[in-house]
Amino acid sequence: MLKFEPRGAESPFWRYAAPVLALLLTGVTAGLIFAVMGRPPGRTVYTLLVAPLLQQDGLEALVVKAAPLILMGVGLSLAYRANVWNIGTDGQFTLGAICGGGVGLAFPDAPAWALYPLMLLAGAAGGMASGGVVAWLRVRFNANEILTSLMFAYITQYLLVWLVTGPWRDPMGFGFPQTALFSDAAQAPRLIAETNVHLGIALAPLAALALWVMLEKTLLGFQFRVLGQAARAARFAGFRETRLIWVAMLISGGLAGLAGLLEVTGTLGQLTTTLSPGYGFTAIIVAFLGRLSPLGVVPAGLLLALTYLGGDAAQINLGLPNAITGIFQGILLFYLLGCDILLNNRLRWRRRGPVPT
Amino acid sequence: MTHPLPGPLLQMTGMTKQYPGCLANDAVNLTVERNQIHALLGENGAGKSTLVKMIYGVTRPDAGTVIWDGAKVTIANPHQAQRLGIGMVFQHFSLFETLTVAENIALGLGSAAERVGLRERILRISTEYGLPLEPDRVVHDLSVGERQRIEIVRCLLQNPKLLIMDEPTSVLTPNEAQALFGTLRRLAAEGCSILYISHKLEEVRALCSVATIMRQGRNVASCRPAEKTVRELAEIMIAADLSTPTPRPARVGTARPRLVLDRLTVRSPHQFGTDLKDISLSVAGGEILGIAGIAGNGQNELMDALSGEILAGRPETIWLDGQPAGHLGPRERRLAGGCFIPEERNGHGAVTTMTLAENALLSGFGQGGLVRFGLIDVGRTVAFAERIISRFDVRTSGAQAEARSLSGGNLQKFLVGREVLQDPGVLIINQPTWGVDAGAALAIHEAIMALARQGAAVLVISQDLDEVFVLADQVAVIAGGRLSAPVPTGSVTVEDMGRLMGGAAHAEV
Repeated sequence: MLKFEPRGAESPFWRYAAPVLALLLTGVTAGLIFAVMGRPPGRTVYTLLVAPLLQQDGLEALVVKAAPLILMGVGLSLAYRANVWNIGTDGQFTLGAICGGGVGLAFPDAPAWALYPLMLLAGAAGGMASGGVVAWLRVRFNANEILTSLMFAYITQYLLVWLVTGPWRDPMGFGFPQTALFSDAAQAPRLIAETNVHLGIALAPLAALALWVMLEKTLLGFQFRVLGQAARAARFAGFRETRLIWVAMLISGGLAGLAGLLEVTGTLGQLTTTLSPGYGFTAIIVAFLGRLSPLGVVPAGLLLALTYLGGDAAQINLGLPNAITGIFQGILLFYLLGCDILLNNRLRWRRRGPVPT
Repeated sequence: MTHPLPGPLLQMTGMTKQYPGCLANDAVNLTVERNQIHALLGENGAGKSTLVKMIYGVTRPDAGTVIWDGAKVTIANPHQAQRLGIGMVFQHFSLFETLTVAENIALGLGSAAERVGLRERILRISTEYGLPLEPDRVVHDLSVGERQRIEIVRCLLQNPKLLIMDEPTSVLTPNEAQALFGTLRRLAAEGCSILYISHKLEEVRALCSVATIMRQGRNVASCRPAEKTVRELAEIMIAADLSTPTPRPARVGTARPRLVLDRLTVRSPHQFGTDLKDISLSVAGGEILGIAGIAGNGQNELMDALSGEILAGRPETIWLDGQPAGHLGPRERRLAGGCFIPEERNGHGAVTTMTLAENALLSGFGQGGLVRFGLIDVGRTVAFAERIISRFDVRTSGAQAEARSLSGGNLQKFLVGREVLQDPGVLIINQPTWGVDAGAALAIHEAIMALARQGAAVLVISQDLDEVFVLADQVAVIAGGRLSAPVPTGSVTVEDMGRLMGGAAHAEV
């Protein structure tokens, strides 16, 4: 009989091996699903995970997709370590895009040196406002942040739809639900000319590094970790839970808002009714795949970005439905959480039946 | 009761259980005769719980033979143990506070048929064995002693032949304990053997006819406890000569008070907690005040109100070293010179999944430059943890070991050391040696007394009367959230204290 036995202490090996195992199991399971659908599993997985990288602009597309995932995943890894379950980063992303993008649309003639920093600030502030409301509801009314943050994500989405189909709709846009294009000054600065590699691609790893230092090396980060692992011990130490909840929601919300602003000014160039293909939810998987470590989030973000590219490729080349990306991500999260049991337990064969005498 | 088969009721030989990294039971033998009250003695971690769990079917042994009532058996689960006639009263009760006594007992029964006439059976058993219970009372109104009676009656309904009692008197007043002993003797006389686990050697001497003593997972001795002194029993348990703590010289009351409570009144944040009412006291530098009381009479609320986890309404209700502190949080109270050791180690005084170095930081972050400009100085933090480990003889692999890898006694030594080494002006400690073996308890007592000798004011909250008497210069009793007037330790007897603890608890509305 297979049995789990407690190890007594967390295994350092499985800390890193568990995500790899989860990834392998995801590949096998996805392959089985493809086989059942009558597709060659090997070629399909190849199209999903390898082929996108071999294309001409493969790497560029990858980092552009990964940047918002990493920015949001980094903030989430901090919040989740403190047991603050912000599920609504998608809404914070959107509100950041609305606020920052709104500033850009309001001043089409402003010079870039003044306008873009202001847009960045407005984007971060929008995300922080969205996260702050959630924090306030939790602290003031003890409202569960999982529910409130998720509900705000829907509210924000409808706000966006209303804006781009109503007051902010481009009068010259032939009635399409979208705003005017941002002025050149309101575009994210490019790190490499003539490409989509924008400012966000540099900010994402910097944010990861900064939050890693904060979480692992500072007293503030220690407070988050204690709160997440033993809330009573945090009270005993005198760490103020309400303050930590505020900080966690403001940072994760602010980074999501920044990601939203960078996404609309870096790749889309205008506001439309669909800004995020579920980035906020994918970022949850990114945070867990990265073991809730801000540094681990970087490779995790790249991998999940690849599933988006692979999903597109599979749709175009193999005629698979676009839902394949969501399925793949869902299976991955399932195995990730499942494989974590190996951290504190080992698998043992045990004989059933009477105890030997 | 008569038995067709002569011979012992329970005979276990070669019981072995291996846990990862720990051989909890190594070929342990245990024989319980019929009509016998049998003591199982040993330090924490000696393997008593593992052995008992194997008898009750909670844990499967890796090897060993169990002969029950003359037949070889394998006890697969507690349900089977109950069918065989084995009952167990755990140290921590499993009762629903919002249900009545009868409802709680009914929940433990297997089938609807067993519920027929339950009330009457509860009443019959409770009168027959001197276990007064009212079936319709709601549990949260009951004292701990009454709750324990529910658990015992629940077991007796199954007509057990063996009743296992795990540390039953740790929560009882002396009077309640005496009543319990009467019940147990009566049960034994009528054919139900008792396996009695306790740390209290005096009790074991009075109650038990035979004792099996365990150490480090093995049998070390079997004896008649009445023929040994408490000291001899303790020495067999820990395999060392016990040195008694040095008697404390009587204090002259001239030192200035360092901890003052002035009519402290606090509402408990917990639904069934105890509110604190008008608690006043004063502890001078160099003095130890002991607060005795039965669990659940406001000790935890008092601890939290003193550490700052619950804030008092007015700043002037609590004075730390001459500074009003009722409105200050734990952090500010530490800056004012206070140090605190709560009762619960796991998840309150320590984060079990963090290393000892990180746990040293938990209350020590304000001291000794462990944190500078918001950055943790890892070197100094590890050095601080190592100093605690060496000064307080904490058995561990080092400062990077996770707190959960330590035994209860070693973790408690670490937590006491963490606070004592911060050189507090006022130390407040709740249940200093709860679940801690005799050796560690002695070390902790000595550390507390040494701190007082250096001039700190110490407040010890403990349910262990012996401990209060050993440590304190002055004693008081907390009951129903009120504190009796502190009196010098020499002027009261254990019986006086017991009456205060029990009487006041029952008078509480």
